[in-house]
Amino acid sequence: MRVTVIDYKAGNLTSVLKTLRHLGADTIVTDGDLSLVESADRIVLPGVGHFAATERLDKTGLTGAIRSAIARGVPFLGICVGMQWLYAGSTEAPQQRGLGHFPESCTRFAESQEKVPHVGWNSLDVRNGSRLLAGVELGEFVYFTHSYKGPVTNDTAAITQYIEPFAAAVERNNVMGVQFHPEKSGDTGLKILRNFLAWQAGVA
Amino acid sequence: MLTKRIIACLDVHAGRVVKGVQFVDLVDAGDPATQAARHAREGADEIVLLDITATHEGRQTLLDTVRRTARELFVPFCVGGGIKSARDAEQVFEAGADKVSINSAALADPSLITAIGASFGAQAVVVAIDARRDLAAADPVRDAQVYVQGGRRPIGRTVVEWAREAEQRGAGEILLTSMDSDGTRAGFDCELTAAVSEAVGIPVIASGGAGTVAHFTDVFARGKADAALAASIFHFGVSTSRSLKEELAHAGVSVRLPC
Repeated sequence: MRVTVIDYKAGNLTSVLKTLRHLGADTIVTDGDLSLVESADRIVLPGVGHFAATERLDKTGLTGAIRSAIARGVPFLGICVGMQWLYAGSTEAPQQRGLGHFPESCTRFAESQEKVPHVGWNSLDVRNGSRLLAGVELGEFVYFTHSYKGPVTNDTAAITQYIEPFAAAVERNNVMGVQFHPEKSGDTGLKILRNFLAWQAGVA
Repeated sequence: MLTKRIIACLDVHAGRVVKGVQFVDLVDAGDPATQAARHAREGADEIVLLDITATHEGRQTLLDTVRRTARELFVPFCVGGGIKSARDAEQVFEAGADKVSINSAALADPSLITAIGASFGAQAVVVAIDARRDLAAADPVRDAQVYVQGGRRPIGRTVVEWAREAEQRGAGEILLTSMDSDGTRAGFDCELTAAVSEAVGIPVIASGGAGTVAHFTDVFARGKADAALAASIFHFGVSTSRSLKEELAHAGVSVRLPC
């Protein structure tokens, strides 16, 4: 199975690639070769840092290629900023549009006594029916590092509490996103990535 | 609920884990990749590999060690020691580190913090600060001083002020080592840790002085630390992160369990 990993110069891909390969995936990286998106069996969009970096996806034509692949039913996983990009946008870079697959926008954690960014291991409350998070028990921990987050909606696959409840994972059919880093989340993270690699249309 | 992190620290010299008090009387404590994997299996929330090899040839050995260690490690992995430029950091990231820890190089050129963060994200930049209380000052904690060269030379800046600047320049976390406490096993410097943690909005990792479980409870409660570094407490099978965390949970500290 070929997993195309999108490189848009937002952080280091080594950890994500290493983990996917550990799980038996055949990975290939593209920063603009659209044919690698068109031929992909799976697409992974990682990313750390600033939402503005996703501008590169528009400039290279990757946004359109990913949109077409999603429409064809190719399983897609966004990680961290890669998940946030699935929404309409983020207040971190208001001029930059996201894919808009989910109509809401990402926002910064509210001012409080707590520190922002949210860094460390926090627990998941998985919603019934999530295929990406199948087998993840209530209270299993995953590793987060972020200051912006998606809202809790009908598409939310798991909720995490920090300052306020937010979407730790989002999922609708073949389009999935995780705010945490499954490649850094021990056995729980590996289980989630295995679910993604095993995902098949129409199979619950 | 966000949990307090227990971070296992491996001091590495010439490709081997070493153990010694303040880098003196080093004892071989095994292979870094094997030790890191063991710590992750035994419940550590994160691994820090601190290279204390100072030589140029040592850089290649380090990169090889990082590569081997990262291969089967699926928890956050931070590497420090000898990173002097954005290029050094890039090589360490490409070898598989998730974060780099920078210390004297950041003091010499604070723009290095911003440069690494711009390419790899702020979450990947840990600024390590070696601190000593200033016993001559009216407030020894607020006026604690930044040291270099293994705690031997003060650079004439306060820890709180440098931590704030590091945050403003884009550091993702502060790794605060009390040189007064380091190696003593008499407890973390909770007052100093709290002073820094309250001064910045980014996580503070406390280091130096861990000897008992109560020391960790204390640094999370009184010291307001977000994470704590454990090094010698784990060596030679003395204790594991899991058993430490079980005792912390019993004392009411929120930790990642089961792990």
